Parts: sequence; structure tokens; C-alpha cells
Amino acid sequence: MPGKHISEVVKSIPPSGIRKFFDLVLGMDDIISLGVGEPDFITPWHVREACIYSLEKGLTSYTSNNGLLELRELLSQYISSEYQVGYNPDNELLVTTGVSEATDLAFRAITNPGDEVIIPEPCYVSYVPGVVFSCGKPVRVPTYQEDDFRVTADQIERNITDRTKALVLSYPNNPTGAVMGRKDLEDIADVVNEHDLIVISDEVYDRLTYNGTHTCFASLPGMRDRTILLNGFSKSHAMTGLRIGYAAGDGEIIGAMTKIHQYTMLCAPITAQVGAIEALKNGDGEMRKMVREYDRRRRLIVGGLNKMGLDCFEPKGAFYAFPSIKTTGLTSEEFAGGLLKEEKVAVVPGDVFGECGAGYLRCSYATSREELSEALGRIERFVDSI
Amino acid sequence: MNEILEIIESDPKIGAKEIATLTGSTEAEVASNIKEMERAGIIRKYKTVINWEKAGEEYVYAIIEIKVVLHSRTGYDAIAERLARFDEVRSVRLISGDHDLSLTVRGKSMKEVAFFVAEKIATLEQVQGTVTHFVLRTFKEDGDILFEREQSERLPVSP
Repeated sequence: MPGKHISEVVKSIPPSGIRKFFDLVLGMDDIISLGVGEPDFITPWHVREACIYSLEKGLTSYTSNNGLLELRELLSQYISSEYQVGYNPDNELLVTTGVSEATDLAFRAITNPGDEVIIPEPCYVSYVPGVVFSCGKPVRVPTYQEDDFRVTADQIERNITDRTKALVLSYPNNPTGAVMGRKDLEDIADVVNEHDLIVISDEVYDRLTYNGTHTCFASLPGMRDRTILLNGFSKSHAMTGLRIGYAAGDGEIIGAMTKIHQYTMLCAPITAQVGAIEALKNGDGEMRKMVREYDRRRRLIVGGLNKMGLDCFEPKGAFYAFPSIKTTGLTSEEFAGGLLKEEKVAVVPGDVFGECGAGYLRCSYATSREELSEALGRIERFVDSI
Repeated sequence: MNEILEIIESDPKIGAKEIATLTGSTEAEVASNIKEMERAGIIRKYKTVINWEKAGEEYVYAIIEIKVVLHSRTGYDAIAERLARFDEVRSVRLISGDHDLSLTVRGKSMKEVAFFVAEKIATLEQVQGTVTHFVLRTFKEDGDILFEREQSERLPVSP
């Protein structure tokens, strides 16, 4: 009966909906999967080559807790040239084991028991549990297709109480592909200022923005010191398994995050840090090539879904389409389950990412055009059979 | 325009309609852009990459480096253009370094290639010397990797 020893906090988190679906898919052959939250591109060869060479040289030690200084300096230059926000590599940048770790550190560094963190949904599956693990209280705010899945300043304001500590922003968004305009963010910045909030801005899909430019939340007037900017190399440089991300922000907050990081993670893997240095130095061309290809696939899948009568909002970032299946009369889970069984196409039910995702599906287009076309054909056949 | 080129470079059989979907323009627009680029010589031709070995045709390739004695006025062009006329010669390049020209020659056998070089190339007046390198195996050609590539094993569903 070891189960009775498990903490109430951990027990309070329901099992992951993604996991449930993953188990269904596992063991089935010939699946076309649009259920994947990572690039289908392999890490660019020059990055892998740099990692291999570092291993040959014997670079297998710990690094400083904050990460290799060269990497932090490059990150500082990169953020400054891309978004005109300056961070001191000595104390305002922390290299982490993926953005996932950075997210966890951010929640733990700022949350007192009972503090509320506002989380717009649908969103990446880790934020709510992250807040709960930190003994905080997640406050979910639904977003809707009518608003292009953007959270509004007004919605945030209505959910603020005297326990509200922070707001999570994750745009471009997984699973909807929504992006925020500069004006939307400025309005939110006003609310953040007025209510003395911290913003945890997960911008891991920033480079995957189509027809438009990404606005970094920290770059808005007065927001640099209120923002914990999170980003990484997984999506932009196809480096998911290398687990490398970073946090940038005010020195005191980054210091607090570093305190947790040094006792729990110690440092991010050095091989991945070397790969990140190479990606920052020489990875731009290949990254842009991947983004152009995602953009083509995006048009292919969004056009295809709309054509077969599944109303699909135009995602302007990330690599997900989020079609509505409300006209079919099926729930997300019924649709995804049926599609998997009948046509062997895996997609993720939208409500896995928050209740307001019910009636939607997340279809990743980080897969080849041939597979996408085939999958679209199968989805259409399934829709026609309903 | 370059977006279209990037797409057809790796997939010349793709139709204008599909390109239009991928680029967010109209089929007519794409078709007229392609016509224009064909006319301007930006698109030179549409080629098929064939694995002749699989089709049962055995070819032997050799890289021939040539040292040239220049005759006044005609320069490298005359000899290079002359070499380019041979069907056996698949490519001709003026190069820097120890040699002046580099050719790729294709034949049915090593003997055939060797005789071709000895009889048709080495005997030319401007050719001072040749070095023949037979190709044993090609790993990458024109940006295409020809060996088995690693497959990344992604989880079928991930957050």
C-alpha cells in the first residue's frame, strides 16, 4: 500500500490527458500522427556535429549553475538584437534543462502557498500542475475562437483578486497557434502594472511566427522587470531531446530561480549547452528554412480542414492547427478516438489543454507534406462517415 | 518567386495548384510566375534523378583532372567547350589548384572510360596531362544524400 504515502498535492493532479491518448496510440501500427508536439526535422547537422566534437574533446563536466558564460553572453546579445531588451549575462540569465524546468522554477520562485496564478486556456499542459506543485492556486481563464484565442486585458482584470501573484502568457500558443498583437499585449501590460503582477511569458514558439512579427512581452515599456521570459531551442532549432532552455529576467527573480536550480538540477547538460551555442552562432539559416516549410504546411492543413467543413481558425504561430469539430456532433475525445480507430490518424483532443478546448482538436503540422495530405484525406473520409 | 523556386527545386512534379495552396497565392499567379521564370532562364529545366544501377544499367564514373597548355587568345573557353561536346563528359569545370579543368566522365566500364580519356582527351593539343580518379561510391550528389539516413523515432503523441 505504498500509494497511501503519496502526497495529497501530487494526488490532486489528474492523470495527463495526453498520456491517456498516447497509451491508446501505442501498439498500433501504420499510424499517421498529427499528435506530436515537436519538430519532425532532425537537429541540424552542424549542431549535432558541435555536440559530437565537444564529447570528443571530453567536455562532459558540470558547468556553472547559470550555464556556460559564452552561452549566456550569446543569449544576451541575441535577445537584445531581436527584441531590444537587455539582460546581464552574469545574473539575469539562467540556462535550464528545457523550458519545462524554467517554467517550474519560475512558479516555485514566486509562489507562496495560496497565491493565485492566472493561466489562459487552452494552453500547454504543464502550467496548471506546475502551479499546483508550487502550492499555488491556478486560475484558469478560457479563451475563445471568436477572440482568435487571445486572452484580453479585461478578462485578466476580472480574475484578479488580492491573492493574484502572476499571469502566464504563452504566445504563439500551443495548442491553438494563436499569437498576440502588440496592442493586445500593451493593454495587458497596463493591467499587470496596475495590479503589481509578475508575467511568466513562455515564448518558446517565438521564431515560429507567420506573416507578422513576434512581440516579446518583456520588450514592452516597464515590463522587463516584471517579466520572466522563458524560451529555448527545442522548437526553433529542432532540439527537443537535448533539453535546453533559458529564463531571463530581473536579477533578484533569476537569483531565486537559480537557488532552486542549483540544488535540484545543478546545471543543464553541457552537451546541449554546446549545441545551443552553435545554434545561436550559425543556426539562423537552417531555422528560417524550417519556418518557411512549416508555413507551407500550415496553409496546406488549414486549407484542407476548412475545405472539408471543419472550421479552422488561422493559426499565426507555432505548428498546430486547432479545428472545431462542433458541427460533427462528436466530442473531442469521440472524434479523436474514432479517427484513430477508423482511419489510423492520431490527433489530440482539444480539451486536454483546458475545458474550453472541448469541441476542438490539436493537429500538429510538424510532419511531412506527404503525410499531411494523406492524413487530410483520411480525416475527410472519417468526417463523411459520421 | 524564390519561395516557388525553393518548392519546385526539390519537387519539380508539383503542380501550380498545390504550390498556390502552400504559398497562399492563386493558381493563375503561380503559373504565370513559373512561365516568367522559365522564359527568363531562371528555371533552366526540370530534371529527373535516376538510380540507373537499380534499373539494371551499370555505369562507371570518373573524375578527370586536366592540366592545360593555353594557346594565346583562345583561353580556357575553347578547350572547355570542346570537351563539353563529348557525350561521355557529364560535367566540365574550370578549377583552381594543381589542375585547370575537372571533368566527370561516364562510361559503361572502366576500360571504356580509360580508353576514352586516353584517345579523346589526352591526345588533344592543349592537354598537357590528365589524372583519372574512378568513383567507387557516391554518398551525396547535388544535395541529395544517397545512403540510408537516420530516422528520428518520435513519440506518436507528445504535449
